[in-house]
Amino acid sequence: MSDTTSQPSLPKVERNIFQQLELDVRLLGMIGAFVLLCIGFSIFTDGRFLSPRNLFNLTIQTVSVAIMATGMVFVIVMRHIDLSVGGVLAVCSAVMALVQTRFLPETLGLGFDHPLTWIIAILVGLAVGTLVGGFQGWLVGYQGIPAFIVTLGGFLIWRNYGWMFTSGQTIGPLDANFLKLGGVSGTMGEALSWTIGIIAVAAAAWVIFNARRGRIRHGFPAKPIWAEATVMGLVTAAILGFVWILNSYNIPTRKLQRLYEARGETMPEGLEVGYGLPISVLILIVTAIVMTLVARRTRLGRYIFATGGNPDAAELSGINTRLLTVKVFAIMGFLCALSAVVASARLQNHTNDIGTLDELRVIAAAVIGGTALAGGAGTIYGAILGALVMQSLQSGMAMVGVDAPIQNIVVGTVLVLAVWLDIQYRKRLGAK
Amino acid sequence: MTEVLAKSAKQRRADGETPLVEMKDMSIAFGGIKAVDHVSVDLYPGEVVGLLGHNGAGKSTLIKMLSGAYQKSGGEIRINGTPVEINSPRDARANNIETIYQTLALADNLDAASNLFLGRELVNSMGLVDDAAMEAECRKIMGRLNPNFQKFNEPVSALSGGQRQSVAIARAVYFNARILIMDEPTAALGPHETQMVADLIKQLKAQGIGIFLIDHDVHAVMDLCDRASVMKNGQLVGTVDVDDVTDDDLLSMIILGKKPASAAA
Repeated sequence: MSDTTSQPSLPKVERNIFQQLELDVRLLGMIGAFVLLCIGFSIFTDGRFLSPRNLFNLTIQTVSVAIMATGMVFVIVMRHIDLSVGGVLAVCSAVMALVQTRFLPETLGLGFDHPLTWIIAILVGLAVGTLVGGFQGWLVGYQGIPAFIVTLGGFLIWRNYGWMFTSGQTIGPLDANFLKLGGVSGTMGEALSWTIGIIAVAAAAWVIFNARRGRIRHGFPAKPIWAEATVMGLVTAAILGFVWILNSYNIPTRKLQRLYEARGETMPEGLEVGYGLPISVLILIVTAIVMTLVARRTRLGRYIFATGGNPDAAELSGINTRLLTVKVFAIMGFLCALSAVVASARLQNHTNDIGTLDELRVIAAAVIGGTALAGGAGTIYGAILGALVMQSLQSGMAMVGVDAPIQNIVVGTVLVLAVWLDIQYRKRLGAK
Repeated sequence: MTEVLAKSAKQRRADGETPLVEMKDMSIAFGGIKAVDHVSVDLYPGEVVGLLGHNGAGKSTLIKMLSGAYQKSGGEIRINGTPVEINSPRDARANNIETIYQTLALADNLDAASNLFLGRELVNSMGLVDDAAMEAECRKIMGRLNPNFQKFNEPVSALSGGQRQSVAIARAVYFNARILIMDEPTAALGPHETQMVADLIKQLKAQGIGIFLIDHDVHAVMDLCDRASVMKNGQLVGTVDVDDVTDDDLLSMIILGKKPASAAA
């Protein structure tokens, strides 16, 4: 490894601060754009945009699209596309709504709000989503129908199965326990949120430390200590800052009063209780961690990226790319079902038009987040940030009072612009 | 890696030993066109057999039936005398057959270590991919094959042709191949790198590995191979001992499809 004698030593490239920190420049760019967006909207709304209340709402509004966007990363990395996610979400939502409001309470006689109801409903929903996704993946992988066509068909098919099952009716109210997964109705309170935040910081420290130890053990160059410390500091600030914001949004006094009255107590004067971390956001965080782990540290993830980079190479390396396609679409279907849980719980009902246009939001989130449609490149955190940027743009413009048609024009323009910027960035980098 | 061969491949052949690989009467057709038409070749340990022929003569197709990329429609493959079924690249790997493809077959978006171990990743006790261990192994083998190689943390799209080729070769060598298939391994390389590959072939040959070398270049074949099998229009023109023929003999076999009278190997 030290045989550099016969060759002139590699040109020493001046490493800038970002390179030394080994931070993803694209990620920084996106965070920068997001911060600018927040500041801009904040100015135009007299600070209302950055109020804890709005940030809280923004977060829970983003969850559903963000969960699906993590799956869309895999699909697009594999050089496929999934236009059916909104439809799959709708049929999963319909099935879960029927299971928890009709089948379990009436047909099986469990009654309403039985403690098992929400679990069974979710399991059924996840099974439906996974099967639908896997079936589409089989059509793509084993039957060779282009994913665009399969899921364009699915776009029409699955939503209308939902319509058929529910006869187009709105189904609700949903199970009380189920509703806790939607956002406002299910938050963890301040103490538990701080605990989770601190656990997350500890976990991040462990990951960074372990990665460093691994590199040093094998004698590879490691980042300077100050760089590791800076990254750790940024991560800590981000996690705890996020918890702090969610904790600062207080439950309205009237609502608190009612909660106390329901328990037969009187509310202490001047009591303030923050919402804390919504369960739906925790679901997104867990999804993001699991999907990142799959992408980076499992064979499945490695094969997905390898296949996206060079399908022939993957095939010749003995990777079963057909089965891989089924798995990727099944994961996508599973995540659509998970999103359906969050989306229908947030709306408190299953409605016929749930998830309409979500396929476009999800694809846009993944693409804005740096997933290349040519395949082989994309990150989970990028897609989530992409979803957050899209949602901020949308609700920020709504708060400012921008007309609906202009809102859509802006969102569309931003999508195209983001991809253009990405192409320019890659060109300058010399990568393909 | 220090295995010393008691006999040369030529002696083994003369003694009637069982070849390392026998491909007997191999056939494959694509849409009615016989890409390979009843072709038989064999390979002994420590031997390099060149496969020559025009573009479309069927040499790559023949060898892809051995590497598992194509499934034969007729014929038999024996390894050390035992008939084997090779229906996928995985089957080929299970028989210690490794292939270096003309198109390099690297995933451009992954780094050298990920490509080296693609399909055979090292995992830790939790079943997670162990990148650090793979990079360490990759650094070891590249230190042996191409000591100047330094770009371990960049996607292979950032590498030069020679560097990419050394990743592809490392992949074949690392997993203890007994049978190595090289499909135009020097097609994309400069003179220096071509020499590196030539040295490597000699080194592998000395370790008793059998090598099928597909090449356009008659001189390279004359230089590196023990025998040459020439194909034309999907059929075998003949197999000759390179010591018994001249460059011109081989050329006329390739162009005219005529076997020289002098060679009876």
